[in-house]
Amino acid sequence: MIDTLMLSRIQFAANISFHILFPMITIAMCWFLVYFKIRLHTSGDPVWMRAYRFWVKVFALTFAIGVVSGITMSFQFGTNWPGYMETVGNIAGPLLGYEVLTAFFLEATFLGIMLFGMDRLSPRLHTFSTVIVALGTTTSAFWILALNSWMQTPTGFEMRDGVAFPVDWMEIIFNPSLPYRLAHTLIASGLTASFLICGLSAYRILKGDNKRAPKLTLKTAICVAAILTPLQVFVGDLHGLNTLKHQPQKIAAMEGVWETQKGAPLLLFALPDEETRSNHFEIPVPKLASLILTHDSEGEIKGLNEFKNEHPPVAPLFFGFRIMVGIGMLMLLLAWVGVWQLIRHKTVNTLTLRAFLVMTFSGWIATLAGWYVTEIGRQPYLVSGILRTSDAVTTVPASNVGLSLTLYLLVYVGLLIAYLHTLFLMARRAVEIEEISPQEQNDLTPTFPLHSSPMHRSPLLVKEPTS
Amino acid sequence: MTDTTWLHMFFGGLMALAILIYAILDGYDLGVGILMPRHDVQQRDQMIASIGPFWDANETWLVLAVGILLIAFPDAYNLVLKELYLPATILLIGLIMRGVAFDFRAKVSLDNKNMWDNIFKAGSLVSSLAQGYMLGQYVVGFDSSGASQGFSILSAICVAAAYSYIGATWLVMKTEGDLQKQAASWARRCGWVTFLGVVSVCIVNPIINPSVFEKWFNFPTALLLFHIPLISLALFITNDQILKRIPLEKDFGCWIPFLGVVGIFFICFQGLAYSFYPYVVPGKLTMMEAASATESLEFIFIGTVIVVPIILCYTALSYRVFWGKATELKYY
Repeated sequence: MIDTLMLSRIQFAANISFHILFPMITIAMCWFLVYFKIRLHTSGDPVWMRAYRFWVKVFALTFAIGVVSGITMSFQFGTNWPGYMETVGNIAGPLLGYEVLTAFFLEATFLGIMLFGMDRLSPRLHTFSTVIVALGTTTSAFWILALNSWMQTPTGFEMRDGVAFPVDWMEIIFNPSLPYRLAHTLIASGLTASFLICGLSAYRILKGDNKRAPKLTLKTAICVAAILTPLQVFVGDLHGLNTLKHQPQKIAAMEGVWETQKGAPLLLFALPDEETRSNHFEIPVPKLASLILTHDSEGEIKGLNEFKNEHPPVAPLFFGFRIMVGIGMLMLLLAWVGVWQLIRHKTVNTLTLRAFLVMTFSGWIATLAGWYVTEIGRQPYLVSGILRTSDAVTTVPASNVGLSLTLYLLVYVGLLIAYLHTLFLMARRAVEIEEISPQEQNDLTPTFPLHSSPMHRSPLLVKEPTS
Repeated sequence: MTDTTWLHMFFGGLMALAILIYAILDGYDLGVGILMPRHDVQQRDQMIASIGPFWDANETWLVLAVGILLIAFPDAYNLVLKELYLPATILLIGLIMRGVAFDFRAKVSLDNKNMWDNIFKAGSLVSSLAQGYMLGQYVVGFDSSGASQGFSILSAICVAAAYSYIGATWLVMKTEGDLQKQAASWARRCGWVTFLGVVSVCIVNPIINPSVFEKWFNFPTALLLFHIPLISLALFITNDQILKRIPLEKDFGCWIPFLGVVGIFFICFQGLAYSFYPYVVPGKLTMMEAASATESLEFIFIGTVIVVPIILCYTALSYRVFWGKATELKYY
């Protein structure tokens, strides 16, 4: 029997899962765009402009989908989760408000200037607009993660008559899990954007694009990925320790630990079974879970049986966590192979290019898996210890929620297909475009020297500057 | 009157301001979307170019308006969105489709471009109708009787016409040549539909809402309101006269009709706000009853006072950067 609660949960999950795909790209990609613009200014090499122009189109499309799918979120709390605003509205409201005020207007307004104002602004002012958009997207991530983290680890408030009232805003915003979640998510965004850039650049090169721009963007993104992957492992570990301290039941579910035990093994695989409250087909590595989580091979891990009826469903967390970590390991491996090849051969071979192409959207899968772990891991609560999800749901009839959910799903599937199709279409088109169009040549020749090596120049550009 | 009443008043006023700015700004870009001609790609490109740099920020005012409702009046937020569950869903899907169509159209092949343009037009129309319907339902206190449904449908058409009206005058201001002439004729037609819509809402609203009737026809306060119908009538007529003469010599004053419609929006909104004050949900919840905790309002008050003027400044900056006639939309 699917009721309003279940339908509303699926709808919220569908909306947020679809939405998050796009900000995860744009938050970090905008900093890539800033980097391209800065390299353009410092080197004067127009290839950076070419890189910027390709990726700003991807950025614009991604950003637009992110914005419109995000508007939905601001209505969802009221349409489906009235109990949320009733209970914690005093805290959630202002945090969302600050996101709108300090981030949404900033990024939206300067995005218009950045996308369409290049002919109307000086180059430096245009780069400045790009920086503002990047700051806006990052600020937006900060506020929404502050709220999300507060829902996981609420502090700085008091309950009066079943309603949360703010006591200390600094404690609310900088709640215990915020620093880890913020760092973990921002790095995840960096990885998502890096692997997208690697993937599409590799695709262009594999399609016979012999220009410098895709090679440069590939190289840049590989280097960023190679730095960020180990950093992410480190931050992820800290985040896990933080979760162990504040939400031990979440860790127990992630690790599939039923009974509290010392020297708990790390399960490479298992089938958790909530009926029998045990695992089937375990493949354990002795004592490793304790070692990772407590940094002591005999450390104690609290089991799920200590939190009966208060712990999240085990299987989604157990598998979600393994998917996230598995993809992270693949990313680490591939990024380092890429860097190694770049150092040894100044270029990456076809096999590696293909691997990058396969991994184009790996960031999305890892992000979604990770978010499911942390969000389902908060259940049965909507706000840890304060508000149960089932107490917050609307009284709107299930048929209406079913209808809206169906509409959303249709739209999202259609848009996802269109988005992927368009990205690869844009990449194939870019293969055919000249390295530097004659128009740009005229624009740039007087101010910038050309550094491109002759063999990569198109015939149009081989002529010497007339000055 | 407690010491926190001013906070409720402040956020009530700010929400009204955000809704008004939203109706004007997103109104013109939704209107431009509704007016997109089916058979002229070049005109469509020009029209899109005129709203390209702005639509995203325009839509943000909706998020702010809903945001203030959520922050300052959470009970009203819950009540309104529960009652308007399906229209809100349709509005959101309309906004999603038009927002993405705007970007997809520039990046796909010609066949698909036509498809995305149709989606853009349909999305704009559906969003406008949904907003008008929601406004109508809000005015009648979410009543589902036949008469109320009729009124909401009237309101939907009225809002779509008003958005087309402001969109057409935006085009008169931002474009030249054939498109400008075409836009002027659109604007005249939409102007009269809007006028009829406003008049019928003005007649129906007091009839179905006794409290509204009392407010408007209770002497002597009613005398103070006399300027509202007078000024709007004057604006409708002046606009029509100017639009008849487009293109004007040296394009002098091409911005006047747009400003005129802004004036009409302002006046109509004032009338609506006056009808329902101090209710945030007509007949059900006043601003004081629906307000959230003082601690929360004070915290967000500080940010609002600092940030909103800054937002207005850089919004003005963005209009300054793209001042004058819209130029070809180069996607970088």
